[in-house]
Amino acid sequence: MPDRPTLRRMYELMTTIKQCDERFRSMIAAGEIGFLHFPVRGQEVVAAALGVTLRHDDYLVTNYRGMHDSIAKGVSLGELWAEYLGKATGTCKGKGGPMHITDRKSGVMVTTGVVGSGTVIANGLAYASQLRQDGRVTAVTFGDGATSIGAFHEALNLAKTWNLPVVFLCQNNLYAEKTAYSKFQTTPTIGERASAYGLPGVTVDGNDALAIHDALQTAVEHARSGRGPYLVEAMTYRFFGHYFGDPMTYQSATEREAAIAADPVPRYRQWLIQLGHATEGELVAMDDAAKLLIDDAVEFALNSPDPDLAELDLDVYAAEVAA
Amino acid sequence: MTTRPMTFVQASAAALEEALAIDPTVVMFGEDMADDTGGGVFGVSAGLSTKYGDRVRSTPISEQAIMGAAVGAAVAGLRPVVEIMLMNFMGIAMDQFVNHASKLRFMSGGQTPVPLTVRTATGAGFQQAAQHSDMLEAWFGHVAGCKVVTASNPADAKGLLLSCIFDDDPCIFIENTLLYFGPGAVPGEAPPPGHRVPLGKANVVREGSDVTVVSYGRQVIDAITVVDRLAEEGLSVELIDLRTIMPFDERTVLESVAKTKRAVVVHEAVKRCGVGAEVSSRIHEELFGELAKPVLRVGARTSPVPYSAVLEQAYLPQAPQIEAAIRAVTA
Ligand SMILES: Cc1ncc(C[n+]2csc(CCOP(=O)(O)OP(=O)(O)O)c2C)c(N)n1
Ligand SMILES: [Mg+2]
Repeated sequence: MPDRPTLRRMYELMTTIKQCDERFRSMIAAGEIGFLHFPVRGQEVVAAALGVTLRHDDYLVTNYRGMHDSIAKGVSLGELWAEYLGKATGTCKGKGGPMHITDRKSGVMVTTGVVGSGTVIANGLAYASQLRQDGRVTAVTFGDGATSIGAFHEALNLAKTWNLPVVFLCQNNLYAEKTAYSKFQTTPTIGERASAYGLPGVTVDGNDALAIHDALQTAVEHARSGRGPYLVEAMTYRFFGHYFGDPMTYQSATEREAAIAADPVPRYRQWLIQLGHATEGELVAMDDAAKLLIDDAVEFALNSPDPDLAELDLDVYAAEVAA
Repeated sequence: MTTRPMTFVQASAAALEEALAIDPTVVMFGEDMADDTGGGVFGVSAGLSTKYGDRVRSTPISEQAIMGAAVGAAVAGLRPVVEIMLMNFMGIAMDQFVNHASKLRFMSGGQTPVPLTVRTATGAGFQQAAQHSDMLEAWFGHVAGCKVVTASNPADAKGLLLSCIFDDDPCIFIENTLLYFGPGAVPGEAPPPGHRVPLGKANVVREGSDVTVVSYGRQVIDAITVVDRLAEEGLSVELIDLRTIMPFDERTVLESVAKTKRAVVVHEAVKRCGVGAEVSSRIHEELFGELAKPVLRVGARTSPVPYSAVLEQAYLPQAPQIEAAIRAVTA
């Protein structure tokens, strides 16, 4: 069981992620910003547990549905929002956008928009740590759908062959775009696939903070202590479909309603109160503090300048070349 | 004759339906394609699996497996039409498409043709950034054995896609995201049933005598606006829509430039090493002595597609650049 500050920190992360996602969707709905958003609402708990388990200098590789992971790893909210809005002050100067957040300061090394591609990149980061003996662990998160890509299988095999300090974290939200997990999965769980490559793998309830925290802690310690890679499959659910505005006609409304009724964030909040880890007043203060941080971040982003047009020719190569 | 409007999505859908109906060897697969998984991410294949059963299937997210299965099925005598959701994901299917689909006819001494068609969407202008927007036709133009095709209006889309499906070589049919799903998705006129547009044949969209503009896809629409405006000034521009990007209709292009002595090639893809370089080279090789000015190219800057809207608009070649190039070459 994590200590009290860790339990509370997890809640802070969850409420920040939840409110960021809500703000994002409300701004799109109001026409204040207009672009694709891959909602993370419903998957806050997995990210929060990862955030408190990794060290600040550990590496993270995430994907287009990565707002929760980025926040949990500690990306500054202002820079994150500025990147979402394509501003010069964003993590990537507005060039990468929400699908491609990189923030070396917080260890978010690569965010890919290509399903499954992060798994193999994580191995390279971990290999560097192995050579340098810097004690870092690399975590890579991806969806259930990503496990159908060859890269996933190659990654597990290489990671075990080289005994790399990588934690593969599959956030199984039961859908890959419009295709239900059950339609492309032939083994009962993804976790058990690890055994095919000789590494440990587990499947846990990703919406149960203690269960996922425990699994990730075990996995990260395993990797950090030199015992090699670990696969964790966290069962969860996306509340708002593949992208915000997704009509979700391919999934059953009752299934979604049941998932929303079992919303893991208020459930965890309630649990904290019941077990006396935090009072209602303290939790309200955490919610309010997160809201203020988000208000500031959004304001910072909105007031930031667009990138200079000269940026098009910069960062293409190490030294500028003629376009 | 009364005309009815047709969108690009309807055009591709109609071509797929017609191909399935007339030839039992036509099969289709791709991510989310069947109706029990949403009928295609952009809805192009909606209804087809219900009607044609196992001939229209969904796949896991496995581009390499999709392309490899298409190669095998084609070698066995089927006509697979596969969907690679976005052109950037061709990166994952590259070995199967380039090393196998495009070369098996030759490597087998003609025994194993690979009549597969890839439908794939792409195009910038949607803030989809660097991994979801690239125009990569030049990658494939460089590979002997495959054909690269795109349409600038729905009627051509239907006719060209059908020709790709019934062509005996591997074809990539590019569906421009903006024209299919974006604000630029203006319907065009529906073609009569059975309409086909032959591969390898360009379309002279506007006849003219002062300068030739060669383009394809979405930029044809931009070019039409520019060309029609310049016509009011008295400048006579011949506009050619390649339709088959590669191998392209050299004859139509060279005949036109032999007449106008001036040419501009326009595409959305990065200008450097783009299709425009090949078209321009062929014009110089054949008509060097007759040209009044060197051929000019308009294409995107040498940069990954940026996310920020202001950068993306500056990245994309647009009507003002097309106009400037035409003026420069006719000055
Ligand atoms: C290689 C590749 N193929 C297809 C896509 C289009 N695509 C984007 S997200 C997605 C579904 C991925 O599902 P999953 O891995 O379960 O992650 P989730 O979106 O549920 O978080 C697909 C097919 C892509 N980005 N990359
Ligand atoms: Mg998923």
